[in-house]
Amino acid sequence: MIGLIGRKLGMTHVFTENGNQAPVTVVEVGPCPVVQVTGENGKGKAQLAFDPITKKDERKVTKPLRGHYLKANVKPHRFLREFPLEEADAGMKAGDSVNLDIFKDVHYVSVSGISKGRGFAGVMKRHGFKGAQTMSHGTHENFRHGGSIGMCEEPARVHKGMKMPGHFGSEKVTTLNLEIIKMFPEKNLLLIKGAAPGPNGGVLIIERSDRREKKAAKVAGTKFVNPLKASKRKGG
Amino acid sequence: MNMIDFVEKEYMKTEVPEFKIGDTVRVHMRIVEGEKERIQVVEGVAIARKHSGIRETFTIRKISSGIGVERIFPLHSPRVEKIEVMRSGIVRRAKLYFLRDRRGKAARLKERF
Repeated sequence: MIGLIGRKLGMTHVFTENGNQAPVTVVEVGPCPVVQVTGENGKGKAQLAFDPITKKDERKVTKPLRGHYLKANVKPHRFLREFPLEEADAGMKAGDSVNLDIFKDVHYVSVSGISKGRGFAGVMKRHGFKGAQTMSHGTHENFRHGGSIGMCEEPARVHKGMKMPGHFGSEKVTTLNLEIIKMFPEKNLLLIKGAAPGPNGGVLIIERSDRREKKAAKVAGTKFVNPLKASKRKGG
Repeated sequence: MNMIDFVEKEYMKTEVPEFKIGDTVRVHMRIVEGEKERIQVVEGVAIARKHSGIRETFTIRKISSGIGVERIFPLHSPRVEKIEVMRSGIVRRAKLYFLRDRRGKAARLKERF
């Protein structure tokens, strides 16, 4: 299994072994029950669930969905998500549970989430425009504007993709290669260095990431074997 | 328990060295230079303690060759090995920032025995 579903609990900082402070995001990860397995290893997918629905909300689960969970003999959960199967997942079947152990030998993960919604945002917040360079020298009511959006008679239109104000946030954001600082398997907690997208309490997809190791292998001059594709290579 | 508190507790010192604001303390700091590790001692008056939990820090002020120097330490840092109280001063406030405006004899604190 390459990833799991989790919940962002918040940020704090911890001390690393050499005494440095590291900013960390505390993520509650899994355990995720397997609801459905389709296809075969290497090509198939496993559907994982996260966050069991409390008794109070059980009536809100639709009948078709309830049947879907019942098939796997899993309590209804709030979130479902498919992950590709790997060689190590051979024999995985609906009803199994996946937990933090899959990140045991992993150093880096990529984290996806829905970013905080900023509503209708201007160009400075949305695109990082600089805004007015001076508050004086004739600048008038124009401090956070984007400036010119194009030319004159030629082309007589605004180019496509022009960065302008608009809705910002509430979209899927993936932060790559965040270091795993520590795990607390008994509490299903994962400490990830740096920030993860979205608000506290938001749902995150945590997948193991090999980009840093790839880079290190390149520097060392050895060939990197992608663990995600290793099973494929062996098979064919 | 709140999971953030749980994580912070894992990294906090179980026994926090005891000292009060106004105390003259010696901070034993572990410093890594290349391969070697040594202990450096910084002495000064504790003039402030800030924040709470794992973020708690304290400020040490001393006069070094005529220039006032302040250093801020994270209280729970593993690099802060030990804090010794040399003298206790009588103070009536939690932050002794007024010491910054005083020099020489005026910057002394009455000692508590």
